[in-house]
Amino acid sequence: MSAVQEVVTEAPVVDAVPKRAMTLGFGTSLAVLALLLVVPIFAKNFIIFQLTMLLIYALAVMALNILTGSSGQFSLGQSAFYAVGAYSSAILMEHANINYALTLPISGVICFAFGYLFGKPALRLSGVYLALATFALATAMPQLLKLNVFEPWTGGVQGLVVDKPDAPFGLPMSQDTWLYYFTLLVSVAIYIFSVNLLKSRSGRAFMAIRDNEIAASAMGIDVALYKTLAFGVSAGITGVAGALGAIAVQFVAPDSYTITLAISLFLGMVVGGVGWLPGSIVGSAFIIFVPNIAEGISKGLSGAVFGVLLFLVIFLMPHGARQMAMLGQQLIGKLRR
Amino acid sequence: MTAMLNVKDLRAYYGQVQALHGLEFGLNEGSLTTLLGANGAGKTTTLRAICSMVRSTGTIEFEGAPLLGRSTENIVRLGIAHVPQGRGTFTTMTVEENLQLGAITRKDSAGIVSDIERMYDHFPVLKQRHTQQAGTLSGGEQQMLAVARALMLRPRLMLLDEPSFGLAPLIVRDLFRILGKINREDKVTILVVEQNAQLALELADQAYVIETGRIVMSGNAADIANNEDVRKSYLGY
Amino acid sequence: MELLTNQILAGIATGAIYACMALAVVMIYQAIDHLNFAQGEMAMFSTFVAWQLMQWGLSYWAAFVAAVALSFVGGIVIERLLFKPLAKAPILTNVAGFIALFAIINSSAGLIWDFTIKQFPTPFGSSPFLGSQLISTHQAGMIGVTLVLLILLFFFFRFTRIGLAMRAAAALPESARLVGINTSWMIALGWGMAAAIGSIAGMLIAPVVFLEPNMMGGVLIYGFAAAVLGGLTSPFGAVIGGFLVGIFENLAGTYIPGVGNELKLPIALALIIVVLVVKPAGLFGRAIVKRV
Repeated sequence: MSAVQEVVTEAPVVDAVPKRAMTLGFGTSLAVLALLLVVPIFAKNFIIFQLTMLLIYALAVMALNILTGSSGQFSLGQSAFYAVGAYSSAILMEHANINYALTLPISGVICFAFGYLFGKPALRLSGVYLALATFALATAMPQLLKLNVFEPWTGGVQGLVVDKPDAPFGLPMSQDTWLYYFTLLVSVAIYIFSVNLLKSRSGRAFMAIRDNEIAASAMGIDVALYKTLAFGVSAGITGVAGALGAIAVQFVAPDSYTITLAISLFLGMVVGGVGWLPGSIVGSAFIIFVPNIAEGISKGLSGAVFGVLLFLVIFLMPHGARQMAMLGQQLIGKLRR
Repeated sequence: MTAMLNVKDLRAYYGQVQALHGLEFGLNEGSLTTLLGANGAGKTTTLRAICSMVRSTGTIEFEGAPLLGRSTENIVRLGIAHVPQGRGTFTTMTVEENLQLGAITRKDSAGIVSDIERMYDHFPVLKQRHTQQAGTLSGGEQQMLAVARALMLRPRLMLLDEPSFGLAPLIVRDLFRILGKINREDKVTILVVEQNAQLALELADQAYVIETGRIVMSGNAADIANNEDVRKSYLGY
Repeated sequence: MELLTNQILAGIATGAIYACMALAVVMIYQAIDHLNFAQGEMAMFSTFVAWQLMQWGLSYWAAFVAAVALSFVGGIVIERLLFKPLAKAPILTNVAGFIALFAIINSSAGLIWDFTIKQFPTPFGSSPFLGSQLISTHQAGMIGVTLVLLILLFFFFRFTRIGLAMRAAAALPESARLVGINTSWMIALGWGMAAAIGSIAGMLIAPVVFLEPNMMGGVLIYGFAAAVLGGLTSPFGAVIGGFLVGIFENLAGTYIPGVGNELKLPIALALIIVVLVVKPAGLFGRAIVKRV
């Protein structure tokens, strides 16, 4: 075997997104928020439930955006963190009688720790190797949750039932509606937190690492710290999403959190636009509604139809929804002149 | 004499940034021309534009055939060899494999074998190292290999981008002597982009000076070398 | 001690499947510099095509050759139609494309041939190999074919002009274009070859795991793991990696308590990752020096 080493100028796995373009403008954001506040008034309970799931998956996609889109670490394992968050919440509610709202921060912290710990050995991996490692985590999780030794807590293969909370203070709204607004509140808070995180020094460190890890390290950035931090934050947010998901769906079971979920979240990130936080909701809408549309078109070929629709989306918008948003911005700019 | 290579109103762009602003020049068959200029003037961009490696508009004609719009590999197949900046050596392959790659578009296997021998005559050090991985060669040797690889194409026109870069002066003199020999004996038209103006002007018969994407000076290499004003304003010596 | 040796031998036998798949994985990696998640499904589809041809009356070997040829063409067609347009798109978008391809092929196979298990014949028979209880003649045949493929690939890359051109296009695309190589078609060729090798892998694996649309799911992951373990730039490493993965999987199942069938996969992957942390380029991969 030769002693010649291959010298590689490593192209970043993830393309840079200019900071300016990371969020929607203030006006657009308010408009979207207003829309989200008002929609439940006109919708039936089941639609409200779907909207709640939309927000929950958007949170999970946003977490992945922080990990992959800004710090450039490729993860196919988010379903594992989602599952830990969901189960933490369910176990706290079922076995320790803790109030549902309190389980969110606790699940978040547990998942942050879990993500941070996973990030440590993952430091030496990148690209396909990291993808494989996170994939292993995601495939292991449902099996770990089924293990007999954990059954007294996890409920084994059948899982646990979770109670949906009533609206507090006797407010006159259905459980679904209350849960929607609660989720919306949490989502907005986390979104604002994430945007500020990415604009902060830590965010710049993430992006420096994504664009050129060696240069970042040469500049004095503690690469190991920020990479594990990114994993931790991402896992924490995904855990909160998982906890909300457990409450919305009213049960947790091992087979709800398979690699399919991790792949869906990945697709959601790509469709929404990698590294573009507002796109998370577009990506979430894609992964919730398009499979249903595909099944509506052809029950027997639903997977194939889904694949074709996905191809259409990535042919038309290889950079995701962010591309459409930028086109929209350019058009508005031209109209103004 | 109609020019072998004709460039008219060439504009080249890196994304939104325009690097060449209406470049015009011609190369006569059999000439050895040097393109000089400061860093960032557009010398490398010019060579890349000829080989369709950068987005351009304008007219580039090689022996009457238009080049813009063709793919890089098709332009190479017309008989234009390009030794890029940094040499582009296939470092993980052997010296001999690099030479074979130079001839990959040719069909005459006997001719290829004899050409490889000729390369070893031009560059004896390559023969010594012919089974070694190209990445283990020194800078000067890799530059020789890059030139040899380009010659394996039996090109009509050879473009070289800063061949003296990072090489000791003695090695550069040696390399330039060989380039002169190739130009005269093998009748290969050569365009050399160089920052080392002095040596380049000694080698070449024609010269162009480029500044911020435009040709600002053209003529006989000897005239330009003797023109003190030109040397001070554009060439820094 | 005898149990250990038996488990290792059994691991080599099952590892032949992963070694074969890993060869296809390395093939595509050489061409496009990343892993194609739909490769297993392509192999599965090719195997079904062979099965269908046999149902229509062709002999095993006629169907085998036809399936390999059709897969070669199919791989090229898929690349030209679906992935050439994505050549300038970000890598992650291409990954989404692989996932879409996976869904399309898996779903189509399910519709055309349904999900009931089918038998797929083996030309090697399934009696014990040389009287050993651990390796069947089919498994020995698999190892043999994999080694033959490996040797053929070695000759192809080292001694043919096209092989040299493909290596150049993968190593330094811009320099390759500057010697006149059409790098775009080299990618298409890489896809074709990977599809052909995958089809052979599928037809060798089907007799063991039985033919159904989801048969390649686990195998592909092990194939990736094996390729990565061996070093993504080395076909020889891929084959060794395949055998090692088979051994890991068997030993994990035998010696680690509580590891049922479901946990074998994550454990095997975990072991591989441990190796990678120590040797990031894999066992036989070229050490990569990263420069700014």
